[in-house]
Amino acid sequence: MTLRERGDRIARVGAVVTAAALLGLVGVYVRALVYTPVEAAQGAAQKIFYVHVPSAWACLMAFVVTGLLSILYLWLKDRRIDLAAAASAEVGLAFATIMLTTGPIWGKPIWGTWWTWDARLTSTLFLFLLFVGYIVLRGVLTDPGVRGRFSAVIGIMALFLVPFIHLTVYLFRTLHPAPIILKPSRPSLPGDMLATLLLSVGVFTVLYLGFVMLRYALGLLREAREEELADAS
Amino acid sequence: MGPTLRAAWHIALKDVAIEWRTKTAFASGLVFAVLVLAVLFFSRDPTTVSSTDIAPGALWVTFTFAAMLGLNRAFLIEREQRALDGILLTPTPPVAIFWGKFAANLAFVGTIEAISLPLFVLFYDVPIWVRFGELVLVIAMATIAFVAVGTLLSAMAVRTRYAELMLPLLLLPFLVPPLVGGVQLTARLLEGRPLSDLSGWLKLIAGFDVAFVTLAALLFQVVLDE
Repeated sequence: MTLRERGDRIARVGAVVTAAALLGLVGVYVRALVYTPVEAAQGAAQKIFYVHVPSAWACLMAFVVTGLLSILYLWLKDRRIDLAAAASAEVGLAFATIMLTTGPIWGKPIWGTWWTWDARLTSTLFLFLLFVGYIVLRGVLTDPGVRGRFSAVIGIMALFLVPFIHLTVYLFRTLHPAPIILKPSRPSLPGDMLATLLLSVGVFTVLYLGFVMLRYALGLLREAREEELADAS
Repeated sequence: MGPTLRAAWHIALKDVAIEWRTKTAFASGLVFAVLVLAVLFFSRDPTTVSSTDIAPGALWVTFTFAAMLGLNRAFLIEREQRALDGILLTPTPPVAIFWGKFAANLAFVGTIEAISLPLFVLFYDVPIWVRFGELVLVIAMATIAFVAVGTLLSAMAVRTRYAELMLPLLLLPFLVPPLVGGVQLTARLLEGRPLSDLSGWLKLIAGFDVAFVTLAALLFQVVLDE
């Protein structure tokens, strides 16, 4: 199978997955706004939770996937792994942007402030900045081999850095709501809300997969095009 | 002394010799440190915030910027006339290049810090002598972190078209844990707080040092690979 055929096929599958995820997203919105009870203390503002938390989840997943693919790339030296890592980073940046914009919108009415230097806010802000650095670095490198290796180095270093930043700010001080789902005891979220959240997390995961497939296919097709141009000249 | 260590030693000596002859980076680094210390002194309302309150932050921001200036230069000198390619043609193991560069950068940044510290006392009038030994330890630990990550990232940044822009963009996120730790520890030391107040931050920087010196030494080979 040529690079172009492979790219075309992944693009088709990616389009179907993305379309399914977007339909699911409509379902999440309807369920969150119409069928999930309004939170007593926070009122309607809490609804943003169903977008904010799943975006944070997708962003963190993108970050870990990029880091792991970076390790894999340095090991196997397969260009496609590099393209997949880059696709995951770009999609991660998009989700990080959603997370960092929905957070303050909720924070202003509930905390009374747009931003606070809390452990999770700070580490996700740096996650965002690391994604930006990763993508900018790829943009200024022209040789594909060097680009792959250098961005893999950043991907791996970032994987180790973010826990350290989290710990740093944790030692500094923290304000973000404590975990309510992933904690030793039972989740303290009412059943209806938990179901909506889990549905949304699932949909965002599929959305992430769809986007990454589309972006990866684009990378493959670009490579195919460059090869064709090189052959033609 | 093993061959790797000897090669590293020669690379470090070469860098120190270049710097010793020109003194350009050193002089500009030092003047830069004085300027940052002076500018930060005025970055407050003197009627509400005393200079001792911002002193730890000023010291560490100065160290960070001065270190970045030196690190930027570390591989620029290797780019001129493709000097690095010359080293790579010799049977020098890449890890020796890393340790050599690391040692030379450490010497450079350490010297700038050693000279800025008395100026810091002079400008900000802080009692650093009370816990001087511990303060030096904290500065050494954070500097190792700065230089380890900086050596690796500087080798990468220099290969891009915008080296002077790329290094801060890539490096600054990695300086957050040692920088914040350095500020917190310095503030506590200047106030004469007990050792138990310091242990959390000391462990954080020590952990960071171990993790990132190892990572940088391992990944440096990947960066040099042709």
